[in-house]
Amino acid sequence: MIRPDIFTKTATALKNIYDNQLPQLRQLKDWQSKYRILMTLGKELPAFDSDWHRDEFLVQGCESKAWLLHYQDPVTTQHFWAFDSDARIVKGLIILILAQVNALTAEEFAKATPELLLNELQLQQNISPSRSNGLLAVLTKIKNGVRSHC
Amino acid sequence: MNFNLPALRQQFPFFTAHPDWIYLDNAATLHKPQAVLDAMNTFYSHQNSNVHRSAHGLSQQATAAFEAARSTVAHFLNARFPHEIIWTSGTTAGFNQLVFGLMGPVLQSGDRVLISTMEHHANIVPWHIHALPFGVELDVVPLTAEHRFDLTAFAELLKCKPKVVSISHVSNALGHIQPIAEIVRLAKAAGAIVILDGAQGIVWEKVDVQALDVDFYLFSGHKLYGPTGSGVLYGKTEYLELLRPLLGGGEMIKTVSFSGSSWNDLPYRLEAGTPNMAGAIGLAAAIVWLQQQDLVAIQQHKQGLVQRFYEGCRRIPALELLSGPTTNAGIVALNLKNEHPADLATLLDQQKIAVRAGTHCAMPLFQAINSKGSVRFSFACYNSFDEIDHTLAALTTAVELLAE
Ligand SMILES: Cc1ncc(COP(=O)(O)O)c(C=O)c1O
Repeated sequence: MIRPDIFTKTATALKNIYDNQLPQLRQLKDWQSKYRILMTLGKELPAFDSDWHRDEFLVQGCESKAWLLHYQDPVTTQHFWAFDSDARIVKGLIILILAQVNALTAEEFAKATPELLLNELQLQQNISPSRSNGLLAVLTKIKNGVRSHC
Repeated sequence: MNFNLPALRQQFPFFTAHPDWIYLDNAATLHKPQAVLDAMNTFYSHQNSNVHRSAHGLSQQATAAFEAARSTVAHFLNARFPHEIIWTSGTTAGFNQLVFGLMGPVLQSGDRVLISTMEHHANIVPWHIHALPFGVELDVVPLTAEHRFDLTAFAELLKCKPKVVSISHVSNALGHIQPIAEIVRLAKAAGAIVILDGAQGIVWEKVDVQALDVDFYLFSGHKLYGPTGSGVLYGKTEYLELLRPLLGGGEMIKTVSFSGSSWNDLPYRLEAGTPNMAGAIGLAAAIVWLQQQDLVAIQQHKQGLVQRFYEGCRRIPALELLSGPTTNAGIVALNLKNEHPADLATLLDQQKIAVRAGTHCAMPLFQAINSKGSVRFSFACYNSFDEIDHTLAALTTAVELLAE
């Protein structure tokens, strides 16, 4: 299978966010400025077409809808991701996670602790198993996705 | 008016521990007055023993306290007998026992049950589990355009002769108070057994089960300033006696052999296992505490809070209000146009305003009104007008951030 376009475009967007918005977020102190940026991150990602909004890609356990796509490059064994949600804040938080782990191999991923960034930025005090935010459900799906395709 | 808000609020230790939060998630669970904590503490410190079983005097004291709690609830609801009060772990558990228990003795294949669009999952899913697989059919009373219970449609649906009508007293998602007197009257006239889900209604107004002539009424302790894991299934004796027990073991039996068992009398027949003794005593303490308050003043206060909040919301552009301000028990559900409720709730959480976002265990309601869910603000006696004003300011900030 050749890599679907959405993963290439998402990878470019995530790289841009990692290089531009993430350093900005690190500088900011007040919550409003941080959320202002967080809520616009979703716009940087390529739009999902309806084909990707299929129920099989839905992450269970979120109050908001969240779709997670996964692709592993057969040659490099890198894991690529694409994501969409109908809620802006969850989408922004997941983008910050994905910006750190996109295109990692399983070995590299095993050493990564992407959720620590959210604490550092004080965007999410704790990633609780609460249904309402769904972050944990998406994180778990990312981790399981890597593990099951090693 | 005998209502001193600071003095009342001081009785809730939670607010001393969290002076910086505004708690508007009261429909999910209420905070507990010191009197409830003290009663439970006293039980564990001085009275703890298993009830009904042991020969010793300590157990008899515990049993006396436990049964006194049952009588307190019976008086509170104006039930004819204490044995009409069945302890449960909450409304959900009560519904599961009730629906299971009705199957066979009351409900058979081909019978119909009538619920409403606004029901909580606790009044939907037990029917799916225990009744629908055995051929029972569920009919649903629609909403009016104002998201109210449609009495006309209800009267029409009663012509299908439902055996059971099961409706919420107050909608947990919208706060609307259902016309329960009318509902019970019409349903009884049509020959149905009537169940009211009082989880949100019990804290709003005085319920007199005899005056209402309702057959079953259920509520949870934790939504009545009492402890979690406590609750009540009230039923008229003649109907409780029909119910098949869902759970077996403990005090619910009369005799047991390996080939079969016979069951104890009410209420024990429906209370298998060691009961939540401290929970029952805490719930009774909550009722005693509530009876010491000026209930009319509390109602007026909550109406005032809803009114103030509702008026404020109407001045914030692009807010869509799902609840109406009148005949409302203290809950306002809303959405920001084109935004997800989860985003609005997160931005309020950042400002230490505790609300709930989502479909509030009433997914079919949101399907019916074609909505992803809502942000729900629910008020209790201890909330202040100041808190409403702060919340409106925080809401304005959140709306502005989302509009950028
Ligand atoms: C109307 C209604 N019914 C039933 C329930 C279920 O109550 P519990 O979770 O205490 O069993 C609730 C609680 O949210 C409710 O609001």
